[in-house]
Amino acid sequence: MATVQERFDAIVVGAGPAGNAAAYTMAKAGLKVLQLERGEYPGSKNVQGAILYADALEKIIPDFREDAPLERHVIEQRIWMMDDSSHTGMHYRSEDFNEEKPNRYTIIRAQFDRWFSSQVREAGGIVLCETTVTELVKDTKGNVIGVLTDRHGGPLLADVVVMAEGVNGLVGQRSGLRDELKPDNVALAVKEMHFLPQEVIESRFNLKGDAGVVIEAMGTITKGMTGTGFLYTNKESVSIGIGCIVSDMSKSGIKPYNLLDSFKSHPSIAPLIAGSEVKEYVAHLIPEGGFRAMPEIYGNGWIVAGDAAHLVNAVHREGSNLAMTSGRLAGETIVWLKRRREPCTSVNLAEYKKRLEDSFVLKDMRKYQKIPALLHGNRQLLDLYPRMMSGIAQTWLRVDGKAKTAKESEIFKSVRKQRGLAGLVADGLRFARAWR
Amino acid sequence: MSTLNTRIEEKLYQNRYVVDAGKPHIKIKDHTVPSPELKSLVTTCPANCYSENEQGQVEIVADGCMECGTCRVVTAETGEVEWNYPRGGYGVLFKFG
Repeated sequence: MATVQERFDAIVVGAGPAGNAAAYTMAKAGLKVLQLERGEYPGSKNVQGAILYADALEKIIPDFREDAPLERHVIEQRIWMMDDSSHTGMHYRSEDFNEEKPNRYTIIRAQFDRWFSSQVREAGGIVLCETTVTELVKDTKGNVIGVLTDRHGGPLLADVVVMAEGVNGLVGQRSGLRDELKPDNVALAVKEMHFLPQEVIESRFNLKGDAGVVIEAMGTITKGMTGTGFLYTNKESVSIGIGCIVSDMSKSGIKPYNLLDSFKSHPSIAPLIAGSEVKEYVAHLIPEGGFRAMPEIYGNGWIVAGDAAHLVNAVHREGSNLAMTSGRLAGETIVWLKRRREPCTSVNLAEYKKRLEDSFVLKDMRKYQKIPALLHGNRQLLDLYPRMMSGIAQTWLRVDGKAKTAKESEIFKSVRKQRGLAGLVADGLRFARAWR
Repeated sequence: MSTLNTRIEEKLYQNRYVVDAGKPHIKIKDHTVPSPELKSLVTTCPANCYSENEQGQVEIVADGCMECGTCRVVTAETGEVEWNYPRGGYGVLFKFG
């Protein structure tokens, strides 16, 4: 019995932002693309806050706003430094964000990924769900030539395999293409979806129509661990979550869901979600080791994009845009090689890295490469400073018959006691050096 | 203890799962004394899948697993946890993600 062995131009592992961007880019250019997704539908295994950065998607699907499932466009960003009873906030809200083509949207990933995948199918890509890739297939020289799955007996062959398998990245790891993640380099985030009537969300956050607010929070909410919390407004729900570096979490003995519940009960947060109905609780890892934790991202017959390539800018809370851009650049590199009739060898796929270097992706990753180590060795930046700021604000704002000069010296004294002038200067220098 | 566990069960109750009966995707290797890393999973697992039995060994019931991978990362060096993706179509199904 003869079987016709179908060969693809490219196989894409995973249907998240990176995989969909790669598959769409290649299918649109006429390549024969097979995309494999282990979930029942694209998005069913995927988790994000989630904010969509329009620019990254616009470069792939310019008119995505016409039918993509978007929640609210972001007109206000709040950054909160929290202690146990207060928050010190930096808010930026602008009418300019109410533009014809807004810059950032909140989204619900299960819905968004499903839509993105439908665009891949429309562009001619073949998407197979409920199919887990178990390993890469290599030829005798070690070049990747395809994949094995838990659904098909034989190998599925292609000229190149795009691994967009997400943070866990088992396929690449088990094929020896990259190492296991280190507990210092990944954050565990837990999140809940809180449903509230649209008008309640609008009145609580001072919003109209499709406009939205996002809050990023840090401070004592992470109980001395390196991490952040967030609250994003969707149309009829609020996404609320908190994430900390896994090694911190594991040492602390704090249960992630207790940390989330404690964040939810903070007096600054609780009123925002009061009376809501929780419809889902999720957990996910975020690769936060930065540039220095990045694995090899290409080789003979393979290329890696998105979380699997550790492409997350933890400082700016960006990830999905790095995923989409790396997926697109991986796809464009492969299309470019195909048109030149060049094979997808390691030497030729180096073009992918070059394109990433030329884009914001690796420029930003390089810029912040010292930040993860800085935060890891200097937890006071996330714990002491928010507490200190709260103390300063409260001393200054409370009207209690004390002279302002007395208040000033009280503030200086407390800062000196908590960190010391030398400590302040050292923290400042360390931070400035890492930020550069 | 029991109140906390009740709360996590309530949280997980909201989620959709297709359990691959009899084929757990995470297994703990046989042990007499768990490493500190393995033991830490009793608290660190966000789905509370891990528990300690009366003999002090760590056990897992992976039905509520959200496939985050934390347990695999934490025990990577000790090798006590065998972690695979569930078969295609099985495991957690996020409605919102």
